[in-house]
Amino acid sequence: MTGNIDHIQSDAHIQSYGKLLGVLAILLFLTALTIIVSRIHFGGANIWVALIVASVKSSFVLLFFMHLKYESILIKASFLATIGFLSILIGFMFWDVAFR
Amino acid sequence: MEIIGKISYMETQATQPIKSFYETPSPSRFTGIGAWLLTIDHKRIGLMYMASVMVWFVIALILGLLIRTELMATGSTIMEAETYNAIFTLHGVIMIFLFVIPAIPAIFGNFLLPIQLGTDDVFFPKLNLLSWYLYMLGGFLAILSLFADGPPDTGWTFYVPFSVSTETNVGLTVTAAFILGMSSMLTGLNFITTVHRMRMPGMKWMEIPLFTWSLYATAWVQLLATPVLSITLLLVILERIFGSGLFDPSKGGDPILYQHLFWMYSHPAVYIMILPGMGVISEIIPVFSRKSIFGYKAIVGSSMAIAVAGSLVWAHHMFTSGMSDVAVFVFSFLTFIVAIPSAIKVFSWVSTMYKGSILMTPPLFFSLCFIYLFSIGGLTGLVLGAAGTNIQVHDTHFVVAHFHFVMFGGTGFAFFAALHFWWPKIFGIMYNFKRAYVAAILTTTGFMLHYIPMFILGIMGMPRRYYDYLPEFQTGNFFAGIGAYILVAGVLVMLLNLLISFKNGETSPSDPWGGTTLEWSIPSPPPLHNFVESPKPKGYPYDFTDIVRSNSLNSNDSLNRGSKL
Ligand code: HEM
Ligand SMILES: [Cu+2]
Repeated sequence: MTGNIDHIQSDAHIQSYGKLLGVLAILLFLTALTIIVSRIHFGGANIWVALIVASVKSSFVLLFFMHLKYESILIKASFLATIGFLSILIGFMFWDVAFR
Repeated sequence: MEIIGKISYMETQATQPIKSFYETPSPSRFTGIGAWLLTIDHKRIGLMYMASVMVWFVIALILGLLIRTELMATGSTIMEAETYNAIFTLHGVIMIFLFVIPAIPAIFGNFLLPIQLGTDDVFFPKLNLLSWYLYMLGGFLAILSLFADGPPDTGWTFYVPFSVSTETNVGLTVTAAFILGMSSMLTGLNFITTVHRMRMPGMKWMEIPLFTWSLYATAWVQLLATPVLSITLLLVILERIFGSGLFDPSKGGDPILYQHLFWMYSHPAVYIMILPGMGVISEIIPVFSRKSIFGYKAIVGSSMAIAVAGSLVWAHHMFTSGMSDVAVFVFSFLTFIVAIPSAIKVFSWVSTMYKGSILMTPPLFFSLCFIYLFSIGGLTGLVLGAAGTNIQVHDTHFVVAHFHFVMFGGTGFAFFAALHFWWPKIFGIMYNFKRAYVAAILTTTGFMLHYIPMFILGIMGMPRRYYDYLPEFQTGNFFAGIGAYILVAGVLVMLLNLLISFKNGETSPSDPWGGTTLEWSIPSPPPLHNFVESPKPKGYPYDFTDIVRSNSLNSNDSLNRGSKL
């Protein structure tokens, strides 16, 4: 009866050191960018820049370090749904915060 | 090889009856109590939840009765104000986090979801066991707070600034809720993966029974919303220990932010509570109407719609808290939208019964009470969802009556219905019908007498969470108190009747009711691996043609036996 679960991918994805180091370099660069940008005053745009950079960084971590890139479409979709859901929740809070 | 294996297997089957999961521990090396505490069998875990959830339910019921007794007369009747605050907090915390949220998914979901999907266990059996241990740990911490510098007196909502400034042991209870959240998430995770990965080959999405569908929708909410609560509760602890000022305006924080975060989980949580109950009702109504469920796809769709839309209405708990008028408008509007899928379900159940051939049994009786009580709860929810009327009745007993109608009249009664529906499947025995009806009538009557006066008191302006009140509220509170005693008596009769069935209940056949979903095709109680032979997909799960045909040939004698007991 357990026969219906044996088509689960168990093949590990071994990534080259070069690639991993490349991702690390990008992450470090983006961290530096965050710090630099935080010193410059864009007004309200500051928070958006910080959020965008942070999202790009976490995407890299998830895609490469956490192997999301090699997962099935279903896993990717569930993950994206989670992110989408979170941003809707936070976004809806602005019905209050932005109009007080 | 395989053929020989099959033949010898069939021979053993012919010579000796199939052993139930009670007689075959899993893993098999454990015996006695270890066979329960270390089991990875989803059915045993479901039963361990049943035992522990019941204990909490009875404790919280007694606490509730104490609250009610205090309110039966003006002034201090049986306790002081501080005790009252602690008791209603504990009553709420236990009922919500230890009873209503886990009851149906953790007991009946664990037991039945794999069976309804035609498989032998959940996807992560060990995490399943871990979730039970987290549940017990959370419950233990909640009780511990009773003995360590005063139980919390904040109400189950832990609103700041009071939850940060009060001297009582909020930290411990909040930690308990945090751990219980983890337990709930593990159950949700298990159900999602099981539905996706372990459905029997050939079972299509639109062939999944509605109870399992409702658990699937619930599981997404559990998984996505619970972390918000966990983090919010952590923030409360941080605030208490370090005074970081997130919610403190004098430090640039925002107290309303706490309410947003809290309700972002806790409103979806009311759907975690009600969706599985709706799933139970969607199973019971067609079976006893001998008629395919009306609007299968609409019910599936409405479960998913409730899961999504229900996550976007949280701020309707905050209309009077000082948030912006735009938010009041938007969240009031969204609240009205989410009432639509709930109504779709109610209409579908009623339409299923229309021109069905109705067979009255205790599970159906409880389900009918559910439909009635839940409808009142849902409609009064609209009174609360309308921003104008909400201002009048917010934080009065009207709200208390509303959520008891949905949580107790809804989820509670669905839980009772599920107990009576699946009892013969789980234990292989049938209970006495007459006592079950008496219990159901007592419970419903007591329920109405208890909560209807609270609607009126709320409209008259009696605030909630006070141990005393003005003289004009005396009559209503007195009658409500009497209702509460009848209600508790009804629940006790029900539980005793079920317990007595262990002693002198008749054995139940595999399909005592004439159900069509897979659990009714296997022995009662089920064998360890659920199915004796690999189940075959049946296509649409609610086809009663065969049941009706065999019924007209020989009247269903197992049911007649049940009612004669
Ligand atoms: C049509 C569906 C529903 C609508 C429109 C609705 C609406 C509301 C609103 C607007 C409030 C806030 C009242 C206030 O504090 O001023 C409320 C409170 C509440 N509702 Fe509902 N509700 C619905 C269904 C449910 C269900 C299904 C449950 C649970 C199973 C539930 C449980 C609660 C609880 C626990 C509270 C009170 C929370 C507290 O302050 O302690 N509701 N409801
Ligand atoms: Cu709500």
